[in-house]
Amino acid sequence: MTEITEKARIGAPAIDGFTEEGENLSPANPDNSPLAGASAKSHSHGGGVGVPDSSRAGRLTSYKVEDFPVLTGREEDWRFTPLKRLRGLHTQALTGAAPSVAVTGPEGAERPAGITVETVGRDDSRIGSAGIPEDRVSAAAWEAFSEATVVTIPAESSIETAVGISVTGSSKDPSAQHIVIVAEKFSKAVVVLDHKGSATVSQNVEIDVQDGADLTVVSVQEWDDDAVHASSQQAKVGRDAKFKHVVVSLGGDLVRVTPSARLKQTGSEVEMFGLYFADAGQHLEQRLFVDHAVPNCKSRVLYKGALQGENAHTVWVGDVLIRKEAEGTDSYEANRNLILSDGARADSVPNLEIETGLIEGAGHASTTGRFDDEHLFYLMARGIDEKTARRLVVRGFLNEIIQQIKVPALEERLTDAVERELAAGNF
Amino acid sequence: MSTLEIKDLHVSIETEQGNKEILKGVSLTIKTGEIHAIMGPNGSGKSTLASTIAGHPRYIVDSGSITMDGENVLEMSVDERARAGLFLAMQYPVEVPGVTMTNFLRTAKTALDGEAPKLRTWTKDVKEAMSQLRIDADFAQRNVNEGFSGGEKKRVEILQLELFKPKFAVMDETDSGLDVDALKVVSEGHNRVHETGEMGTLLITHYTRILRYIKPDFVHVFVDGRIAEEGGPELADRLEEEGYDRFLPTAAKA
Repeated sequence: MTEITEKARIGAPAIDGFTEEGENLSPANPDNSPLAGASAKSHSHGGGVGVPDSSRAGRLTSYKVEDFPVLTGREEDWRFTPLKRLRGLHTQALTGAAPSVAVTGPEGAERPAGITVETVGRDDSRIGSAGIPEDRVSAAAWEAFSEATVVTIPAESSIETAVGISVTGSSKDPSAQHIVIVAEKFSKAVVVLDHKGSATVSQNVEIDVQDGADLTVVSVQEWDDDAVHASSQQAKVGRDAKFKHVVVSLGGDLVRVTPSARLKQTGSEVEMFGLYFADAGQHLEQRLFVDHAVPNCKSRVLYKGALQGENAHTVWVGDVLIRKEAEGTDSYEANRNLILSDGARADSVPNLEIETGLIEGAGHASTTGRFDDEHLFYLMARGIDEKTARRLVVRGFLNEIIQQIKVPALEERLTDAVERELAAGNF
Repeated sequence: MSTLEIKDLHVSIETEQGNKEILKGVSLTIKTGEIHAIMGPNGSGKSTLASTIAGHPRYIVDSGSITMDGENVLEMSVDERARAGLFLAMQYPVEVPGVTMTNFLRTAKTALDGEAPKLRTWTKDVKEAMSQLRIDADFAQRNVNEGFSGGEKKRVEILQLELFKPKFAVMDETDSGLDVDALKVVSEGHNRVHETGEMGTLLITHYTRILRYIKPDFVHVFVDGRIAEEGGPELADRLEEEGYDRFLPTAAKA
């Protein structure tokens, strides 16, 4: 998307027929929490009154699982997640066999020359260089992993073809996984994390985007129907660096991706995109965090989701924090959901915390709705029948994110996957 | 030779205060090759007529009929009307995110013709039409109307008119918001299709300006949901001089 259209869209009024969704607890979790009162009111911006972690800046971070209280489902950051379906990720030792990791080129092609792939032990210096767990499940994985995969894009190298990291699960025992992606100074690359098979896994992905680097990380979740996946993907973004992060969640029983980008050096730019398509019974959750800690950085967030079928549930929580020091920040986040059938539920909570008035811009938007009748009318007035028009619109709606990936082979695969979702929904 | 016939059309919309009648008995017959201009003050029902012909679900037809060569248009769905040869150039074309112009134009053409256009001639036709309307070639890869200026959106409507070759074109205030250059370009686009002699036009406008470039055979003045006066091109000249004042109730003149 070009700058102009983004600006134009921001200025545009909410689309007719779209409503803002309120917040609520996951029906699977207890509802007698102190949060329920505040959260039952729509759009509470950062949690209820008196909740200690209501500011994202104050959230507990630790490498130790014991520092985090046992989960009850009432926590601000777990209240939408049906804990019962985590299959023990939050209660058991994560000692199962982790999904296998293979580093290739795009779509399984030959690994591009010039990158370094290592399997390292827990004591490697790069472990902990970009991330620190922010919740109990992530900390449990941090304690439990035995070896990590480190993929390095060497300084000043430009890797023309995409790097594929295939993560393939074959065991349902709760397991832990650790991956580190390092984009050294002035390097340029696209890295695709590709999740398939069946697994119950808590995963930490550390992304170190060093000064002047230009890195795109795409995380695709095309798991089998029974997979449970919690993924903390934390990026540290260096001076004048560019980081693009794309989450694509299509398959799995419960997928919870928590990406974060910490802007700690001036002049950096972050774009975070997401696409999810939930079918009957699926729980697809994404909670992102953009931390503007220094002046003159820019962030853009756009997540789009489609839902169809009974109890299809999606959650999007977008925390953007503009700290006191982060003068000149330019930030915008938006989430758009399209509900295609009855019985589906989309929760959408944009949280924008601004601690300085000296910014370029900051905004958020959230829309959840059915089809826009005006889109349909326009297309049908050109002779296109309703079914084709509806598909064209959904495809178009989601293509806006797919177009951001810029890896032709992967874009094609995801377009096909969306087509299959549409066909499966009799849509 | 085709005929679009509107007879004693009454149309209303649902509002919070209940049904509101907008068209109060409109009759109009347009034949292939003819250009009819519909003029009138704001709120007179001009655009309602356009949207009703196209079948927008917001407008409820209470009585009367619209037929094309004897076929009942009101019984057709929106897409059937388009395939029957009706085209509405919209006053406010919507943005359709994610659908590229190229994809949209080809999908629509395929739907209208019942078969996919031949790729080679189609690509050439699209390019040529775009260049005549002075639309940048890179628009083909952009999403439908997304981020287009008001003038660009109107040009793209006329692009579709040229490519789809309808039997009847309804142009709903296509001239609004256009500067003189854009107005000329858009009018020339319409006139190219008109000159084939295979299309009738219903040109809805608030201003007489566009009538310098698109010459109407008939002018109908719309006031309060009815046709208040009809005549030839000379009626437009009179409106340009006098405005709509003489059609309005005394109170509205103040």
